[in-house]
Amino acid sequence: MSTSQDNDLLRLSAAQMASRLRAKEISSRELVDAHLNVIDAAEPGLHAFLKVSADEARAQADEFDKKNIAGEVGSLPELAGVPIAIKDMIVTKGIETTAASKILEGWVPPYDATVIEKLKAAGMPILGKTNLDEFAQGSSTEHSAFGPTRNPWDTSRVPGGSGGGSAAAVAAFEAPLALGTDTGGSIRQPGALTGTVGVKPTYGGVSRFGAIAMASSLDQIGPVSRSVLDAALLQEVIGGHDVRDSTSIPMEVPALSKAAREGMRRDLKGLKVGLIKQLGGDGYQPGVKQRFNEGVKLLQDMGAEVVEVDCPHFDYALAAYYIIMPSEVSSNLARYDGMRYGLRVMPPEGVPQTAANMMAYTREAGFGDEVKRRIILGIYALSAGYYDAWYGKAQQVRTLIIHDFEQAFEKADVLISPTSPSTAFRFGEKMDDPLSMYMNDIATIPANMAGTPAMSIPAGLSDDGLPVGFQFIGPQKRDDVMYKPAAALEAALEEQWGGPIWSSLKTPWLDGKSAK
Amino acid sequence: MPTFTRETVAHLGELAQIALTDEEATRMQGELNVIADSINKVQEVASDDVEPTANPIPLEAYLRPDIPQAPLKREDALAGAPATEDGMFVAPRILGDEE
Amino acid sequence: MAEHLMKYSDAVKEFDPVFGLETHVELCTNTKLFCPAHIEFGGEPNTQLTPVSLGLPGSLPVVNRTAVDFAIKLGLALHCHINEWSQFSRKNYFYPDMPRDYQISQFDKPTNGEGYLDVELDDGTVFRVPIERAHIEDDAGKNTHVGGTDGRIEGADHSLVDYNRAGVPLIEIVTKPVEGAGERVPEIAGAYMRAIRDIVRALGISHGRMEQGNMRADVNISLRRKGDTELGTRSETKNVNSFHGIERTLQYEIRRQAAILDAGGEILQETRHWDEATQTTAGGRVKSDANDYRYFPDPDLVMLHITPEHIDEISKTMPEMPAERRKRLQKEWGLSDLEMRDLINADALDLVEETVKAGAGAAGARKWWLGEISREANSRGVSLEELPITPSDVAQVEKLVADGKLNDKLAKQTVVGVLAGEGAPDEVVRKHGYQVVSDDGALEKAVDEALAQNPDIAEKLRSGNMKPMGAIIGAVMKATRGQADAKAVSALVIKKIKG
Repeated sequence: MSTSQDNDLLRLSAAQMASRLRAKEISSRELVDAHLNVIDAAEPGLHAFLKVSADEARAQADEFDKKNIAGEVGSLPELAGVPIAIKDMIVTKGIETTAASKILEGWVPPYDATVIEKLKAAGMPILGKTNLDEFAQGSSTEHSAFGPTRNPWDTSRVPGGSGGGSAAAVAAFEAPLALGTDTGGSIRQPGALTGTVGVKPTYGGVSRFGAIAMASSLDQIGPVSRSVLDAALLQEVIGGHDVRDSTSIPMEVPALSKAAREGMRRDLKGLKVGLIKQLGGDGYQPGVKQRFNEGVKLLQDMGAEVVEVDCPHFDYALAAYYIIMPSEVSSNLARYDGMRYGLRVMPPEGVPQTAANMMAYTREAGFGDEVKRRIILGIYALSAGYYDAWYGKAQQVRTLIIHDFEQAFEKADVLISPTSPSTAFRFGEKMDDPLSMYMNDIATIPANMAGTPAMSIPAGLSDDGLPVGFQFIGPQKRDDVMYKPAAALEAALEEQWGGPIWSSLKTPWLDGKSAK
Repeated sequence: MPTFTRETVAHLGELAQIALTDEEATRMQGELNVIADSINKVQEVASDDVEPTANPIPLEAYLRPDIPQAPLKREDALAGAPATEDGMFVAPRILGDEE
Repeated sequence: MAEHLMKYSDAVKEFDPVFGLETHVELCTNTKLFCPAHIEFGGEPNTQLTPVSLGLPGSLPVVNRTAVDFAIKLGLALHCHINEWSQFSRKNYFYPDMPRDYQISQFDKPTNGEGYLDVELDDGTVFRVPIERAHIEDDAGKNTHVGGTDGRIEGADHSLVDYNRAGVPLIEIVTKPVEGAGERVPEIAGAYMRAIRDIVRALGISHGRMEQGNMRADVNISLRRKGDTELGTRSETKNVNSFHGIERTLQYEIRRQAAILDAGGEILQETRHWDEATQTTAGGRVKSDANDYRYFPDPDLVMLHITPEHIDEISKTMPEMPAERRKRLQKEWGLSDLEMRDLINADALDLVEETVKAGAGAAGARKWWLGEISREANSRGVSLEELPITPSDVAQVEKLVADGKLNDKLAKQTVVGVLAGEGAPDEVVRKHGYQVVSDDGALEKAVDEALAQNPDIAEKLRSGNMKPMGAIIGAVMKATRGQADAKAVSALVIKKIKG
């Protein structure tokens, strides 16, 4: 049961928690226990977690506290001792990792992802594994094999996806921080729908070693938090070159928290902000457009110059994405064949009991509809007869999108758009219509296609009372460029709304009531 | 434009090593045609002289030194397996009756 | 099922065979192609795995530098165009021994492009085999079939998979269709494979032992009627793992296909298997869309950049190529073609060269390695290198003989002692007290005794019939426990009978 003192603690930013830890005013163990209490209270209603690793988290916290008392944490990252939740798409040694799929149910990895090694080295306790659409394929978490996550703002609505669990956990104060993976918007779109900050770093900025692959050339691990500075600090912990990932960029992490702290001074003079012509107009919910336009105004008020940039090939981004992504999915998910780990289903009687049939029946039983649909589509796109017409063309479109970005960044330092065309939708609303579900990612996909960094921050609440997301996109390898205006806008909005967006969230579970 | 016939879907199911049910294949056929219709527009825009992009960040391969590192313990390697025998992974018979 | 075959000489009279080889060479790097798992021959199953070689979710491949260097070496040896930019692609298909259910290989951008290899045949003819490419890829695991007969896949109840081999680096050398070889197709193919074997061993990039699976070949062959220019339908015989197997496969397929075509039939494009026991090929599955491997660039790997400087660096480390080295050594050692070929076939070229370098004469070195030591290797079923005798041991024995300290018989006993693990030649000599008995009284006494004990032989010798000399020498040898010098004995006997 939480106390009001606990509630104050839980509402701190991760950076504030960190400074209290350093001052020894609180312990990491207290933080972990407080969050585990919230998880206990909130989970029956939200289902943000697939697995809570309470024992491991407590042990990690105790270890940090021991070091802290001994004065041995000076060299650790600023966030040392602050607990974190991990999307169940990231491999954790000794903690079940499923990608929310039946085909991996019960799999306990014998190794840690690079980002997990870094979190452990930083003394950041891992609270558990969060829910997602199966293999990160979806925009609502409704495709999780273990049941959906509910949006803390309205439990009849989805939290977005695929990283709905991480976003909901952070929004609901079950965790101060989380990690997600973003292939077409899976960190940013749930961020928008739950009023949290979600960042997709530059492709190759954070190691993918240990991130279960969905579409390798698009996937990127990134932070989920309640503030821009927290996201910056977390990205500084997990970022950097990794020789175990060939697509990792051999460069230092840019000075992200410095950029965020600069932004908090709310001075954007000299900054050119590019409004992406193709991502602002038709098909967006009026409340989303309105909040977005107000955000643009605030940027201008702080001295930024707003220009329109034309990215004509963004109109083809969704089509190209829905060729490249399933193609890579079809190959990346081939390994789930019932041989080495996870589910095995033998063929029914009357069907030859061969290895090939075992694989086919295992994959039939183990994968959900959306995953199967994408695998089939991807196999088709890569087939000899259609490779050039589809996969080849999609890769060319990718080049054109990168050119669009290059030209846009000649005119502007950072680009902006709404993150998602709508606020959180109701369960079932888009389940039978894959195309309308895919449309959720229309504004987030171009950054994945081009490998540019992008982030979503809350831009206030729409007239339906639900959060709206505001997207910043930076040039490749310059994640710092988007952190500054994002932090500035966050500060300006806080003043306008009389507090952070999350302070408007009703949180009965913090007072011992269910989230339902 | 590519069209998914019932036969195409069944064939793709075989290539995907997924034992699709009839009902699934039928449903998927309809869905895939709708999706195909919308993604087919990729063919409209890029002329042949545009280079394809496989990876968004231009990098050249890092080459790893040829130095061994500790392997997985055998029990860890086998721990997740649905079936093992004599320290090995068990596959059902590889050939069918007809072969 | 016995297939109808045409007589080979008739088949090659009527048809023009065109063949191609896809040779897989297993590289002898320390670690796997895409992960730092140690590679060891004969390790316990599933003990040489990392998350990458087991295809665990989240694992990612990283290219082994040495494997790339080895590929460049081979490319240089085969006069290939080495591409500055090459790319790894995924070849997608499901099989229980494939940890990711795709192989990482190279497709449209291989590291080594076109090249050639000049192959010298037994009669001295040189035939140029055109090379299409030599690309890098990783191997699959190994299946053991349980419940059938003789471990065959047919009739097995289930299979056991060891992924130790999964991820071991291979280079696949693909020839272009080799035309104009006529009746010499099997001979050229065999010579080509031996040349590849010698090259990879000279380069130190592979153990190159076919019997251990370090090299295996897919053998393609098609026939066309003499005068036709278009290629016929080919058969592909997979995983042939001996030089003879390759030659016999080609002979067999030429005879089989000729019989079918002659009778107006059509060749099926199919995968076949060479059966060593029956010396025939057997049909497998007909190729359909199973070979739609859906190749695409592996998004987990980026382009491989091989700079001209990198190639220069590697080219400085290139050893003399086997063909040139052979010519040089044959001349230096004064051997005939036949003697040279025996040496090569016995895998003794390096050992003899080392022995000569250690001070022995070429003839002596050759005699030991092809004689006593080869016999021992055969009886133990191991290679010459695996025996406990080194080229410097052999050179030492030769020196003891040259110095007159050992006769041939004692030298042989010394070698036997070294092979038995008794130590270096001088230790063996010391331990057994081997010493040539030549001009002292003991020898004279032994000769006298031998003549006295064999009066009829002595009589024959005295009458000028020297044939039974050997018997006397033998008796003396026996009496001196082999330590006599046969020449000295013979001289002494002659002195006695004339005396």
